[in-house]
Amino acid sequence: MINPDLNLNLKWESGDKSSTRAGFGDALTQLGKTNSQVVVVTADLKDSTKVNKFADTYPDRFFDVGVAEQNMMGVSGGLAAAGLIPFCSSYAMFSPGRNWEQLRNTVCYSNLNVKIASTHAGLSVGPDGATHQALEDITLTRSIPNLMVISPTDYHQAYRATIAAARHKGPVYLRLSRENSYAITTSSTPFELNQPQLLRFGNKATIVASGLMVGEALKAAEEIDAEVINLHTIKPLDITTINQSVTKTGKLIIIEEHQRAGGVGSAIFEAYVQAGLTLPPTKHLAVSDQFGQSGTPDELLEAYGLTWTHIVTAFESFA
Amino acid sequence: MSDLPQIANNLRQLVVKMITQAGSGHPGGSLGLADIFATLYFSDLFNLDPNKPNDPNRDRIIVSNGHVCPVWYAALAAKGYFPEPELETLRQFNSRLQGHPHKDFSHPENNLPGVENTAGPLGQGMSFAAGLALGFKTQKLPIKTICFTGDGELNEGQSWEALMFVSKYKLSNLTYIIDRNDIQIDGFTHDVMPLNSLKEKLNAFDFLTIEIDGHNFQSIQSALTHNSTKPKAIIAQTIPGKGVSFMENKFEWHGKAPTPEQLKVALKELA
Repeated sequence: MINPDLNLNLKWESGDKSSTRAGFGDALTQLGKTNSQVVVVTADLKDSTKVNKFADTYPDRFFDVGVAEQNMMGVSGGLAAAGLIPFCSSYAMFSPGRNWEQLRNTVCYSNLNVKIASTHAGLSVGPDGATHQALEDITLTRSIPNLMVISPTDYHQAYRATIAAARHKGPVYLRLSRENSYAITTSSTPFELNQPQLLRFGNKATIVASGLMVGEALKAAEEIDAEVINLHTIKPLDITTINQSVTKTGKLIIIEEHQRAGGVGSAIFEAYVQAGLTLPPTKHLAVSDQFGQSGTPDELLEAYGLTWTHIVTAFESFA
Repeated sequence: MSDLPQIANNLRQLVVKMITQAGSGHPGGSLGLADIFATLYFSDLFNLDPNKPNDPNRDRIIVSNGHVCPVWYAALAAKGYFPEPELETLRQFNSRLQGHPHKDFSHPENNLPGVENTAGPLGQGMSFAAGLALGFKTQKLPIKTICFTGDGELNEGQSWEALMFVSKYKLSNLTYIIDRNDIQIDGFTHDVMPLNSLKEKLNAFDFLTIEIDGHNFQSIQSALTHNSTKPKAIIAQTIPGKGVSFMENKFEWHGKAPTPEQLKVALKELA
């Protein structure tokens, strides 16, 4: 049963889809209007990271550094030190991929108020192929002190997360997708950083997902009577909501559009150990130490084992 | 103004003392830049007040070649940003004088007063300074940004990304001071990675480029005060290890601490 308290879109499966990057871009334009400190920096990816509306509306607060992600991160740090709230946008492969050390040392070690918005995360980038499919960015970001890591599931959540990121003082990484996702949340769905959302009640297992994988989790949950948690804030990670659910269902399934090493699964396992809790029987669906390739998002998610049917199969394989 | 040579000499003494005490650190560039640091902090050319280290309108001195922080710390202490005895804690556990400079913008109460940026990994301060200057320009704040960088540091691709960017946004409120001392860790810069005609390169990036003797106080001041509608780059020819004969022009002294015996000789020469 869908959680009635969250004002979710009950017709999400048949409704129009939109992308988290679009939600980010629209929120940014709104922020431009309400907060004169918000500025945007991009590295030659104005249109595809959806900061073009902000750029057109607030040209004096928009800066394009060209194809230079390392400089983008440093310039963003400087803008923050000058009292502004910079959002820097690129693809996840290049930011934090190429500019990880700048993110770590210039921005996070200095605790600067920079928001790193990176689209095209995960396999669902599609035909551009493995060079553009960031499957390591959660590992790269959640291992840096001071940095908050957020992976919203759909348009409305990305919109809310962007507004919340601007309000939060300190560095934030927003993981966004190129591909459209199911519109599961609505503009009236509550959103609080750090607070995982219990989207669906169930009894037989708990599925934890974020980003595009939340739709797959909900579809699988219909089949297997599972609870679904949308872990939109990956760091800091609130293990309480997950553990409460697991205490009831007895089984945990984690699905992520990311390498198995160091991502959401790892974060949950670490949190269990840290809290002195015992992990229940668990299945972890992720990319298994492989690179992606060209293909449609559907083909890729199918080939790499990241669809709702894979969740059902994993559930059935519990001893 | 006339006591700048004396102030610089004092900074050099503090530098060799604190690096010897720490047992590690970078004397070469620190000694080479002492005359410029003395000029920046003691000639009243800039809005720098040790009693108001967090004044939002202060000019910003950024050090991108963070390994020369001993001379930065020495200048800040000599100017009164913090008590001079704290220099003895350089590179020690729990010290505010980290081996490479650190500033936590969310917890200013923990910072060493006067330090304006985190630095060490080369190239990064140049982008940071560019962002600062752009931020001040965007907000129409008449704040100057001065950024030190090394010549070896210009091996980093990020340095050139920053230079292109500064040129694009015509950041005339920013001055880079390039320490052209021709040394880096592995040897002479002209051997490790030659920069050749640096002035022409910078001019091609549309900077106003001024080449000076980095030990001539008059040249330093006149370069710093030279009005420009373009971003400014000052190529300061310096002698690494300046003032300590056995360190001068020796790339081996880029990042090595003197022994207590060597310190005695150095202090005698600097007396």
